[in-house]
Amino acid sequence: MTTATLDDRLGQSWQKPHLITNPLLRWGLFIGALVYVVLAVSSIDVNWSRVAEGLSRGWAFVTAFFNPDFVSRGGDIWDGIIESIIITITSTVVGIAISIPIGLGAARNIAPLPIYLVCRGIVALSRALNEIIVAILLVAIFGFGPLAGFLTLSFATIGFMSKLLAEDIEEMSKVQAEAIRATGSSWLQWINYGVQPQVMPRLIGLSMYRLDINFRESAVLGLVGAGGIGATLNTAFDRYEFDTAAAILLIIIVTVMALEYLSGIIRAKVQ
Amino acid sequence: MPVSTDVNGAKVWQLHNRNQTITRWAGYLAAVAIFMWCWQRISEATTWFFVWDAPRIAADIGSRAWPPRWSYMDNLWGPLWDTLNMATLGTILALFMAVPVAFLAARNTTPSAVFIRPIALFIIVATRSINSLIWALLLVAVIGPGVFAGLLAIAFRSIGFCAKLLYEAIEEIDEKQVEAITATGASRWQVMAYGIVPQVMPAFAGISVFRWDINIRESTVLGLVGAGGIGLQLQSSLNTLAWPQVTLILIVILAAVIVGEWVSAKVRGAIM
Repeated sequence: MTTATLDDRLGQSWQKPHLITNPLLRWGLFIGALVYVVLAVSSIDVNWSRVAEGLSRGWAFVTAFFNPDFVSRGGDIWDGIIESIIITITSTVVGIAISIPIGLGAARNIAPLPIYLVCRGIVALSRALNEIIVAILLVAIFGFGPLAGFLTLSFATIGFMSKLLAEDIEEMSKVQAEAIRATGSSWLQWINYGVQPQVMPRLIGLSMYRLDINFRESAVLGLVGAGGIGATLNTAFDRYEFDTAAAILLIIIVTVMALEYLSGIIRAKVQ
Repeated sequence: MPVSTDVNGAKVWQLHNRNQTITRWAGYLAAVAIFMWCWQRISEATTWFFVWDAPRIAADIGSRAWPPRWSYMDNLWGPLWDTLNMATLGTILALFMAVPVAFLAARNTTPSAVFIRPIALFIIVATRSINSLIWALLLVAVIGPGVFAGLLAIAFRSIGFCAKLLYEAIEEIDEKQVEAITATGASRWQVMAYGIVPQVMPAFAGISVFRWDINIRESTVLGLVGAGGIGLQLQSSLNTLAWPQVTLILIVILAAVIVGEWVSAKVRGAIM
């Protein structure tokens, strides 16, 4: 039996179904996307001679990774890293401390409507503003230094933690909370024994994750004058000291990996 | 262990025993000590005069910054278009690079779990831990300022994020479908195209849109280090202390971010 007769007997051969069933919409989207990409690509003018000139510099940077210079600016790097770590720790602690009450307020099942709306507003504001932009404004107001960085990251932490904490509280088991309430507990006792034990593992996990994020962010806040290793890194790039820049980047990568590993262990323990 | 008898013979319930309690308190003490030390370091590095002066300065900036200079909008359409392009083309470029990395990193598709998987995982961690602003700084130093550097910065930064989520999706696929395709005598590539790819396609689309949304946020500030887009306008307005322009630019950035988030939520709602 040949394939043709097999197809005849079985009717139409099988075809993969399309992702979007409406052909008009499918082709419309496809052509629209194609037009956009062509327009976008053509609007980017690349100065190829400048790129070619830079390639040797790029290669110098890549090779610098195999020969990083930790020593010649060792003092600056050390100060910057310590400052970044300090900003990370303080902003994570303060941010979480503030985001717990806001998280409680942003959970619809335990907060009355007016408080809920205010807290959700704070969360939305904090999430919509980019860290760097907040840092620029705070540097303009509070002057250069790690204080601006600390305030920026605390503010950013509030949006992140409160939102996720509130979602976790909204998903908690009501039965346990009701049991505590039935014993005639006060509001604080109710939160402490009915709600907190249920969300604690997730809160710790999220805190570790946020610590990780805050460290990464603190590495760039220095670019706008808000303290930390970013300022040292910026100087290194400006002077084309790629070996120092490579050393700083390696330290950042290693610290982030170590933090990720550590938070993995802690999260596995509490969950 | 948690229940002990006290001197009067009554039973006392405790969550932790003595040693656990002491260890816990030592831990708390260490944490507080570290925090206080950090706090002190920040306070030493702060010029408190500026801090006490902050409310006045904030009020001053506020009064200068309002109302926003709407006429400046004419100068913003171009940079806004550049910003959008950096985010979109950067995401597309990142996906092209992330897909092979994800397949090399997933335990069930990697050709070698001992040699290639760690390399792929290192690429994922390294690109993720370097912020897009740092990528932009580096690329501006190497290939010169402009949108192209910003686009590449977005692309490089996104590889790790996309590849990480994608390889987790690949590891979670239903192996039965892969076995069924293999049983028909399909080649390695056919197994991939018909057994694995259709299963991870929704995740892939979701990840791309999610990352595109994040990239819109990130591309708005890349101009601060010279990588083009609306951040460049922000930088020059800040440098000339043109606060009404700064207000307008911040409003435009906020609007772009909200529109991006809305589109991303709609698309993800439609495919997931």
